[in-house]
Amino acid sequence: MSVSVQQEDFDVGVETAALSAGRTDIGAIASFLGLVRGAEDSVRAMTLEHYPGMTERALAEIVAEAHRRWQLQAVRVIHRYGRLLPGERIVFVGVASPHRGEAFAACEFIMDYLKTRAPFWKREETPAGGQWVDARETDDKAAARWE
Amino acid sequence: MDLKILYFASLREALGRGEESLPLPEGVTTVGQLRAYLHARGDAWQALGEGRNVRAAVNQRMARPDDALQGGEEVAFFPPVTGG
Repeated sequence: MSVSVQQEDFDVGVETAALSAGRTDIGAIASFLGLVRGAEDSVRAMTLEHYPGMTERALAEIVAEAHRRWQLQAVRVIHRYGRLLPGERIVFVGVASPHRGEAFAACEFIMDYLKTRAPFWKREETPAGGQWVDARETDDKAAARWE
Repeated sequence: MDLKILYFASLREALGRGEESLPLPEGVTTVGQLRAYLHARGDAWQALGEGRNVRAAVNQRMARPDDALQGGEEVAFFPPVTGG
């Protein structure tokens, strides 16, 4: 299964190794790891809500689109939901390809599309209370680069 | 078949509910018209007003205001996504 939406943590080493397990034709693996960024005076925890069913479908479609655009040999996307603390892992994207250029590009593409198309919402806990994170225009611009 | 309507995140909180079912209202044939119908309930439903940044999905795919509804669909309304 190339896409997982889960509460549990994941092991970056295990996931990265699995991308090329049993194969010798892979020349490059690029990966991205997203973490909860915290600060004493701002974010103390974060809760991720998602749309079960649509989330998995949206991620699978993004992965399929990446396969259409680049020559990819394996892709793995993991996104967590629920309450997470600063420093915890949120998202992993790993891409295997014959060459680094395609691996880098596809990894960035998947993250940019995930940010604007996968139905997740972050709610931050701060000293002043809880608040939903606003979508950022820069994320829309990042995704639009790939149109 | 009733529409199944889902609300997420800040919209779910503002409306005080995450889900409802209702028959396709008379005169509603698109996602945008459904949004206007719900908005017309007033009070908390102002959160679905035209000035608000609300996105929609039909049967778990991102939808546009002029996408058609026939009844029986799963329609979701939510704020712009913020995952990753």
